[in-house]
Amino acid sequence: MGAIAFPKPNTDIMLHRSKIIEGLGALLPADSIITSEDERRPYETDAFTAYRNMPLAVVLPRTTQEVSQILRYCHTHSVPVVPRGAGTSLAGGAIPQEDAIVIGISKMSQILEIDYDNRFARVQAGVTNLAVTGAVSHEGFFYAPDPSSQMACTIGGNVGMNSGGAHCLKYGVTTNNLLGVKMVLLDGTIIDVNGAAYDAPGFDFLGLICGSEGQIGIVTEITVRILPSSEGARPVLFGFETSEAAGEAVAAIIASGIIPVAMEFMDKQAIEICEAFAHAGYPLDVEALLIIEVEGSSLEMDSTLAKIIKIAKAHGVKTVRESKTALETAAIWKGRKSAFGATGRIADYICMDGTIPTGQLPFVLKRIDEIVKSYGLRVANVFHAGDGNLHPLILYNVNDPVEARKAEEAGNDILRLCVEVGGCLTGEHGVGIEKRDLMNVQFNSQDLEQQMRVRGVFDPQWLMNPAKVFPLEGRVTA
Amino acid sequence: MAHLETSENAPSSEAELSALIIKSHAEKIPLKIEGGSTRDGLGRPFQAERSLSMRNLSGITLYEPSEMIIGAKAGTPLRDIEAALNEKGQMFAFEPMDHRALLGSKGEPTIGAIAATNASGPRRIVAGAARDSLVGVRFVNGRGDIIKNGGRVMKNVTGLDLVKLQAGAFGTLGVLSEVIFKVLPKPETTATLSYKNLGDIQAVQMMAKAQGSPYEVTAAAHLTAGLGRDISRSFIRIEGFEDSVAYRLGELRRILSKFGEPNELRGDDGARLWTGIRDVEFLLEPRDTMVWRICVKPTDAPILIKELQAQLSFTHYFDWGGGLIWLSCDNQSLDAAKLIRLAAVKFQGHARLERAPLELRASLDVFQPLSAPLMKLTAGIKKSFDPASILNSGRMYAGI
Repeated sequence: MGAIAFPKPNTDIMLHRSKIIEGLGALLPADSIITSEDERRPYETDAFTAYRNMPLAVVLPRTTQEVSQILRYCHTHSVPVVPRGAGTSLAGGAIPQEDAIVIGISKMSQILEIDYDNRFARVQAGVTNLAVTGAVSHEGFFYAPDPSSQMACTIGGNVGMNSGGAHCLKYGVTTNNLLGVKMVLLDGTIIDVNGAAYDAPGFDFLGLICGSEGQIGIVTEITVRILPSSEGARPVLFGFETSEAAGEAVAAIIASGIIPVAMEFMDKQAIEICEAFAHAGYPLDVEALLIIEVEGSSLEMDSTLAKIIKIAKAHGVKTVRESKTALETAAIWKGRKSAFGATGRIADYICMDGTIPTGQLPFVLKRIDEIVKSYGLRVANVFHAGDGNLHPLILYNVNDPVEARKAEEAGNDILRLCVEVGGCLTGEHGVGIEKRDLMNVQFNSQDLEQQMRVRGVFDPQWLMNPAKVFPLEGRVTA
Repeated sequence: MAHLETSENAPSSEAELSALIIKSHAEKIPLKIEGGSTRDGLGRPFQAERSLSMRNLSGITLYEPSEMIIGAKAGTPLRDIEAALNEKGQMFAFEPMDHRALLGSKGEPTIGAIAATNASGPRRIVAGAARDSLVGVRFVNGRGDIIKNGGRVMKNVTGLDLVKLQAGAFGTLGVLSEVIFKVLPKPETTATLSYKNLGDIQAVQMMAKAQGSPYEVTAAAHLTAGLGRDISRSFIRIEGFEDSVAYRLGELRRILSKFGEPNELRGDDGARLWTGIRDVEFLLEPRDTMVWRICVKPTDAPILIKELQAQLSFTHYFDWGGGLIWLSCDNQSLDAAKLIRLAAVKFQGHARLERAPLELRASLDVFQPLSAPLMKLTAGIKKSFDPASILNSGRMYAGI
């Protein structure tokens, strides 16, 4: 690949590398700074592996104070910084540039406070998503946003990207589950944005920070809402003979007043890939599969499922299979959540993340198929059907530069299509570098300039994760 | 301040709105943005040379019930939108508060003002505030640029989230021209359990227990003795399909048995109660009091109240399981106001003066003052949207 450009490294900074390392070294314990080439290599890229750059150095602070000192130093010396959680971004959000310091938050992994009466947890930014649920599940609570990478990804990274997951149809995405953050500004100033109370006063800084992709500050502590777990949850598999029928069933379920906790869609290609990997009992003789999960007591689940099954039958469902045991439930979700990993076993892929109005599903699925075929490639579709967040996986061979370029172009065509039908470029993965050059498709220059002016309040010099989100041309500098 | 309304200050298109603001920006003419004018009494009194009426920017622009999305021009009366939603069995999940009773105002609240004031009600504890349902905006900034952000899909992380910044900015960061919200199906059945004679502390414990259970409580409030009845009443609301509601009512009665035997409210009685709690109807009279809206973490609410009672006399009740304190105090002195705000700050919460005479609102911060670095960022953000400071400037904070 290589169609996406990075800003030209600042040679002045490159020349002063050893001095910068010395300066940062004076602020941190020796084991918190990584300078050797071998040890820097894991930080070259994230889960958008087609692009990589060796950073100047990597620092791994343990405290908010250390983050503050690092940022103050970088600000004073005009050194770009790239914040990094677990490096699971599919959009290249954590890919560094050669003249940048990577600030990794992995050593900030303490859970600081859990309050069940008030239903929140306060954690350091490097705590993994699943660890929050892990820390509260014995009391019957959980943290709702559940990106597929939840074993590894950090809450700090989730805030950076406003991550979603399979269950956000009912529970919302990260921004809906945040109560407060502690954040360090580029000049080292530490700010507290709200705490454990509802409705932060003043402008909605929490809303602005969430999803700002590391461009306006580094979040070091986060207060999240924790929710009581339901009495039970049961996923059911619904196999359909066409994607259209599956899409219509989804619309009819919502119109009936039922909001299932999750409604996941897979096409035939995805079903085959995931079944081969997870042995979840997915039906192989259908064109489209819906995994619909309901929650509550068994009586409530029976009742809701009866309503859903009735609707599915009215839309010609071919197979209905309920999970009968916890083991089956786990297998069903394992298949869905490992869709990306399982796909990676059979081919390289790029994962798209556009969202579309759900009414456009049949048309868009048909067009995706046509687009990808026109490039001579294959596609597997898995997505969150309830909210229209698509994840077409375009399969290709990373070692074939022509095919790689085609995959990237097919992906861009799909994202343009998402915007054309009234949707957006990214539903939960973020813009990163991947979608940066498509921002002009969704926004006009005035839209982008307003966003950049807000960004400029925090970082007028473009030092914070500067290669990301906004096209390199037409940037507003003050 | 009386304003003459002419077509010139009541634009009927986004383009006219933009032209008007470009002119005001060039001439540095401060504008007061008017929706239904039902919340004029909320916020700092501020000077504006001209009013800008949104009344001609009205109408539903998009409604897709199966996608749970509705969009409308900002001046659309909320009443019209709720009627359209109702027809399809849907609703705004955040239960927008109506300020008319509290502020003694007339007119029709507009959908733009719901977004601009982030007005929410009892269901906020599970469904989030207005800002959590707002998925897209179009607005005109202080330069006259027409800007869009977010969109009509409910999952969207493309670029900076200016939708959230506009929500609750009271028109200081732009004139909203169109807003798009996600909506939810209306519940088939609603039931409320009412517990008697609990003190503040016990009531918050009861509400925490209920909200921490798997039984999906959608509202939790506590009315102190003297508000509507001579005994205190604490309420838990659940909603959904009839069989599920019946099951959860039973389970809640069981796990809350130590708090006594509750009454059950259904139908209109329950609906009226929650509207009353939402709209602060229990503190309307006497009208010559100041009314505060205080947010703290729920278990701190009874402690804050107890400490404040040692210094002041007032009437209060809790919504949001204790997370929202409504407080009415007939001592309308600056000193009393300071005590209330200090108490909120002591418990890491915040307080907004929701109803007070103009003189009082002019002499203290109506909105919770922010830390110095946050105030600096606030000023920077204001400038980035509205460099000449012409849009509702001063409504939230002096100079903003």
